[in-house]
Amino acid sequence: MSRTAIIILGATSAIAQQYARLQAERGARLLLVGRDSERLAEIAADLTLRGAETVEIPDMDLTAPTDGYQAAWTSLASRLGERLDIVLLAYGALGHQDAAEADPAETVRLLNANMVSACAWLTAAANHLERQGHGTIAAIASVAGDRGRRSNYVYGAAKGGLALFMEGLTHRLAGTPVRVLTVKPGLVDTPMTDDMNKNGPLWATPAKVAADIDKAIARGRTVLYTPWFWRPIMLVIRCLPRVLFHRLRL
Amino acid sequence: MSPHAKTVASWGNLSHGGHMVAAPSFHDEIPMALNELIAQCRSVLPYGLGRSYGDVCLNTGKGLLLTERLDRFLTFDATSGILRAEAGVTIGEALRLTVPKGWFVPVTPGTKFVTLGGAVANDVHGKNHHLAGTFGRFVRKLALRRSDGSVTECGPDRERDLFRATIGGLGLTGLIEWVEIDLQPIASAEIEMQSLRFAGVEGFFEMSADSVSWPYVVSWIDCLSQGSALGRGIFMRGRHAETGALVAARAKGGLGIPVTPPVGLVTPLSVRLFNEAYYRRPGATFTGRTHFDPFFYPLDRLHHWNRAYGPRGFYQYQSVLPPETARRGTIEMLKCIAASGQASCLVVLKNFGDAPAAGMLSFPMAGTTLALDFPNRGNRTLALFAALDDIVVRCGGRLYAAKDARMVPAMFHGGYPELDRFRTFLDPAFDSDLKRRLSI
Ligand SMILES: Cc1cc2nc3c(=O)[nH]c(=O)nc-3n(C[C@H](O)[C@H](O)[C@H](O)COP(=O)(O)OP(=O)(O)OC[C@H]3O[C@@H](n4cnc5c(N)ncnc54)[C@H](O)[C@@H]3O)c2cc1C
Ligand SMILES: NC(=O)c1ccc[n+]([C@@H]2O[C@H](COP(=O)([O-])OP(=O)(O)OC[C@H]3O[C@@H](n4cnc5c(N)ncnc54)[C@H](OP(=O)(O)O)[C@@H]3O)[C@@H](O)[C@H]2O)c1
Repeated sequence: MSRTAIIILGATSAIAQQYARLQAERGARLLLVGRDSERLAEIAADLTLRGAETVEIPDMDLTAPTDGYQAAWTSLASRLGERLDIVLLAYGALGHQDAAEADPAETVRLLNANMVSACAWLTAAANHLERQGHGTIAAIASVAGDRGRRSNYVYGAAKGGLALFMEGLTHRLAGTPVRVLTVKPGLVDTPMTDDMNKNGPLWATPAKVAADIDKAIARGRTVLYTPWFWRPIMLVIRCLPRVLFHRLRL
Repeated sequence: MSPHAKTVASWGNLSHGGHMVAAPSFHDEIPMALNELIAQCRSVLPYGLGRSYGDVCLNTGKGLLLTERLDRFLTFDATSGILRAEAGVTIGEALRLTVPKGWFVPVTPGTKFVTLGGAVANDVHGKNHHLAGTFGRFVRKLALRRSDGSVTECGPDRERDLFRATIGGLGLTGLIEWVEIDLQPIASAEIEMQSLRFAGVEGFFEMSADSVSWPYVVSWIDCLSQGSALGRGIFMRGRHAETGALVAARAKGGLGIPVTPPVGLVTPLSVRLFNEAYYRRPGATFTGRTHFDPFFYPLDRLHHWNRAYGPRGFYQYQSVLPPETARRGTIEMLKCIAASGQASCLVVLKNFGDAPAAGMLSFPMAGTTLALDFPNRGNRTLALFAALDDIVVRCGGRLYAAKDARMVPAMFHGGYPELDRFRTFLDPAFDSDLKRRLSI
């Protein structure tokens, strides 16, 4: 059997890099898409030493592919050849809630960066894998998408929308050989969250989240909360009665 | 990536000070991270994995540049065994890459959770010091970024003085961006080892003299034993096996201490029980094979074991005495420690070799090194250290900065004859708690 062929959209993400390392050690063939070619090259050199069979690094702004999503997807997928095994959509933007509240254009930007563009890529990827009759699509949403909260509801709405889209995709592809995984990380210590206070026990490393994603893909799971304790935490938060919820500053 | 506030401790958990930290992920982010920290906090210090015990890796109230995300391999030649990697790559990660290809780090400390940058900046030593010397002797080249924006590639044959200042330079000469080292070839991931009991400290010196052909040698000591059993312990020696698989990690996971217990678990009684059992257990005398991981890194299996010392943290005291005074001085120190009833289970005794020091402030020198952990009991503990300091100074020895949190400046200045030379290579924007405390 030939090496696992993987496309990562947003490959400079800290979580995506850790996932790519896991796969590189197994000799995977990697197509890393991001928007900074120098950084992608640093990552590629490292992954090659770690054992990746091939690493390609096309760069583009994933929210604005030059010839549209379908054409960009077709050209990306063709670079890996016959069979595509895994698509991981990892890019995203946390932005600032204040800025989004003050400026509708910023709200649109965040919705586009986290959901609209993502759904476009996922549509192209899903059709591709369905036709091929094989493969896994994983996308990183967030626990922030489980309930709208004052501190980040624009980002949360985008991630929640993405999760809903993935849920529908899971439904559509149930009964086909294609697997769909929605990843919902909690607090992860990556550049995206460097503005936040990181003391406390809830923070996970990107390596831990990547290892969880890897296991969930291998087991064909559909929804992954990572680390696991976010599943009960979010269950409680979702079930809080509104009167109570509104008193919390979450 | 902009600087943000964070509480940072070192391995000894003696202080939990606020710092401004920045953690660049990519090479192009380094200059901005340094400049912003220096502009906001006046000074900066690189921070690897904080496996130093004291304040050498802290810069309380000021800037820390975290290197953990600069953890990429740059080049590795499996024919020559030359590895070049960013400073935040850990020894553990390096071994995962190189062991399957038949290469091992030339020198390793007792934990694999240290970065290459940290290994260089403290010029760490391992169980093979008597033959190989320190980590710094195997550094071929490194890139040093200074606060003036310059980046200098230095090594034993170029910019040699700046290189010798940076090896063991305690993070004070600039930021090491990457390191290129010579690895040693191995045929197997396994170690042929022997462990033997010795009934008193004399036994240690005899066994050490008999073991010079063994590349890896170290001893554990029961520091509560007194009288004729003073300094009884277990002698361990090993060498890379000639046959066996080349697998980097034997098992995954391991246990951990999830939170710091409200009181320390390391008490005189628990230490006495542990030491007695550890000394008497059947495995204390053993000849056979083991994977390198439990041989070099027995403590790595228990993550956050430092939390066992409770919220007040703990000290490590590591000294080296020159050969002329080593025997007498070691006995004197052990008596002093045994009489105090302090100390813990973690005690290491080893003879260093006479390889020339790689750095201006390198700690190891020919002689005998003793390292012990002590739960922090405040003044009682500090008083014991003062008594030990007297012995070390009288014997012409010195203490290891990577482990220190309390020695007085005079002791450091007296112990490190190249300090004045070193000072001329300090980067004016780099600072640390240790530098201020010891007036470096
Ligand atoms: C269980 C255990 C066993 C140990 N055994 C040994 C042993 O056998 N022998 C031994 O020698 N030591 C030993 N140590 C100590 C340890 O090896 C050193 O303290 C080592 O330097 C820690 O590396 P670090 O990456 O955690 O660096 P840190 O502790 O974070 O930093 C150490 C120093 O390196 C500097 N530094 C880090 N990165 C850079 C960089 N990129 N550029 C410039 N300066 C930098 C810091 O400023 C600081 O001065 C042990 C520690 C533990 C916890
Ligand atoms: N960290 C957390 O706590 C957390 C929690 C839940 C979910 N998540 C999600 O996890 C995913 C990975 O994030 P991370 O934590 O690994 O943070 P990260 O390292 O900051 O990664 C985010 C990545 O998205 C890329 N990106 C953003 N917009 C892009 C665009 N238009 N085109 C191309 N790339 C773009 C960024 O590239 P540049 O470097 O070029 O900007 C960056 O590499 C994100 O979807 C995030 O929302 C994170």
